[in-house]
Amino acid sequence: MSDIAIRVDNLGKQYRIGGRQEGYQTFRESLMDALQSPFRRLGALLEGRNGQPQDPQETIWALKDVSFEIRQGEVVGIIGRNGAGKSTLLKILSRITEPTTGRAEILGRVGSLLEVGTGFHPELTGRENIFLNGAILGMRKAEIARRFDEIVAFSEVEKFIDTPVKHYSSGMYLRLAFAVAAHLDPEILLVDEVLAVGDAAFQKKCLGKMGDVAKEGRTVLFVSHNMAAIQRLCHRCLWLQNGEMGLDGPSDEVVISYLNSVSAKFTKVELPGDSNKPMRLRKVRVAGQVSENGEPIEMSEHVNIIIEYDVNRPVSSSHVACFIHTIEGICILGTGDVDTNSDGLGMRGEGRYKACVQIPPNLLGEGTYTITVTMGIPYVVAYDRHEAIIQFQVIDSSSNRRKFQHTRRPGILGLELPWSTEKMS
Amino acid sequence: MVPFKKENLSELAAMPQNLLTPANLNGAAAPPQSLPVPRTVIEPSAGWISLKIQELWDYRELVYFLTWRDIKVRYKQTALGAAWAIIQPFFTMVVFSLFFGRLAKMPSDGIPYPLFSYAALVPWTFFANGLGQSANSLVGSANLITKVYFPRLTIPLATVLSGGVDFVLAFLVLVGMIFYYGLAPTLNVVWLPLFFLLALVTALGVGLWLSALNVQFRDVRYVVPFLTQFWLFATPIAYPSSLLPEPWRTVYGLNPMVGVVEGFRWALLGTATAPGPIVLVSSLAALALLVSGAFYFRRMERTFADVV
Repeated sequence: MSDIAIRVDNLGKQYRIGGRQEGYQTFRESLMDALQSPFRRLGALLEGRNGQPQDPQETIWALKDVSFEIRQGEVVGIIGRNGAGKSTLLKILSRITEPTTGRAEILGRVGSLLEVGTGFHPELTGRENIFLNGAILGMRKAEIARRFDEIVAFSEVEKFIDTPVKHYSSGMYLRLAFAVAAHLDPEILLVDEVLAVGDAAFQKKCLGKMGDVAKEGRTVLFVSHNMAAIQRLCHRCLWLQNGEMGLDGPSDEVVISYLNSVSAKFTKVELPGDSNKPMRLRKVRVAGQVSENGEPIEMSEHVNIIIEYDVNRPVSSSHVACFIHTIEGICILGTGDVDTNSDGLGMRGEGRYKACVQIPPNLLGEGTYTITVTMGIPYVVAYDRHEAIIQFQVIDSSSNRRKFQHTRRPGILGLELPWSTEKMS
Repeated sequence: MVPFKKENLSELAAMPQNLLTPANLNGAAAPPQSLPVPRTVIEPSAGWISLKIQELWDYRELVYFLTWRDIKVRYKQTALGAAWAIIQPFFTMVVFSLFFGRLAKMPSDGIPYPLFSYAALVPWTFFANGLGQSANSLVGSANLITKVYFPRLTIPLATVLSGGVDFVLAFLVLVGMIFYYGLAPTLNVVWLPLFFLLALVTALGVGLWLSALNVQFRDVRYVVPFLTQFWLFATPIAYPSSLLPEPWRTVYGLNPMVGVVEGFRWALLGTATAPGPIVLVSSLAALALLVSGAFYFRRMERTFADVV
């Protein structure tokens, strides 16, 4: 246990759902129960139980048999779909709620940041709220006073520090709230999706601060849906699936598997016609030179994207385009049929069309890519648009690098560039 | 009640410079490794659990800040502001004096009736407000409870404590009235803080029960006004407890507010009825309320975040 900061053993949390939730039982019902069989029921009333047997149908395990260990100084991301138990896990570790089963052991002071601005009072001034919020987050008064100037500077609301926060803009409010939280000094920090708020500049600042915190050698548990942030900040990542531990490993790997699991896995999609739309996508599929039916495509193969669509009434100035994104959501390229076929910009008559675009070999490196298809008049109207409608995988099993060095080519692009080497002496 | 004036703050801001010795610098830069690292075990708890008074003490600054917040915010955006702290008991006294003093000719232990009832209404108002506000305190702090960990006992505690300011204001009027009626306080006045403490303990005890129950049963909201009204007439505020013969008067002390009210009158107005046995009974009853309330509260605490 010497360098372990957090140890979690078979942690589980059961919630009640369904009609008769604890919170909605009225006092009268409990009293009636109590009158009917006084002692047993009154005992139940005192314990807050309903006095009813637990119906397994009405309970749900928000977290089940979760175990892991986190060493001191590790920055660990937690990902998973909504309802996977991420927030429940953080709530248990911050002692806001108790687990139903299992145990957790934490070595060090814990600061939890499940929300920014918890306990801010609108009637109080910025100055007063810094002290109140700091105290709520577990800072000592002397500590807040010592770091007061730093907090105010970080929040950039110096001018309004003596104004009640109810007069703040939402941006100012957030900045002040995050500034207080960012100056917490515990050994272990639990952070829940607080970076999902505010404008881009603010988010960047928050991420930067999080990065600093991570570098200072503190242990951080960081829940986020922002995969880029997770990959940047965390070396290790836990993936929760329906309350259970899915994967635990290096962030890059876990994030990729997670993204693969949540995005569409189709390499071929057919859609019903829709005569309301002037243009309607009907079929889209991707194929390599030899790979068909969704098998991974070799890096050295062409990638063909075949799009079939209906034109339901004559349209002019229209195009058909597709965008290729990495699974992390970075746009690699966008290409439209006007690239090489400017005739399309004229009139397209009614009927079924088939378009094919070929991505040259060795352009896309190993990885998973999604294709977005759109058709319409560029920058005017999209008649039919389908985000990430299909995806495909590029693998590399035949390049020299793979064959002789047995390593993955880094980066998005799979270009093999001409090198010339001559011996000079 | 504004601890953070600019002047204070510049003092505080100057502190770091004084502290910038090498030893402190190390401590400030990295997480303080030298301090003993606390070890927390998180497990499902069962049954009656300890009160963790030590932890409550560690969080005393939070109690202070929550109390201070309640005080600052209480009369924000009201036209009369803190005057409400006086208006409440004072006008109740006026009404009582008219109906019970004038019309019903209620005996008042030889004290002018307005003074007699006001001396009781001051601690009573503190108690009734403390009870009512602490009963709603947990539900009103739901956003805190579901987002941050701290000993939940701090919430009703701070709420009851914040009523202290109102009490002091109303008490100042009481002092004025004592002089107006030409009474001289006796030496018994040294016992007054004890009676105030008794009122505080009672309010907190009931507040703990009601606030914890309120998390689960919102019926408490409707119970509180009824309970307060009932309790008002079950306490010798409009009438003297000397109306009751012994031993019933001592039994009457089971209502802790009887001890508080009789204590206040005895200490301030010098009523002849030395409330010895009553206060003893009242103190025990109040203590029982507080201890049982605290344990019940702690027992329910684990479900607060899930249910509130």
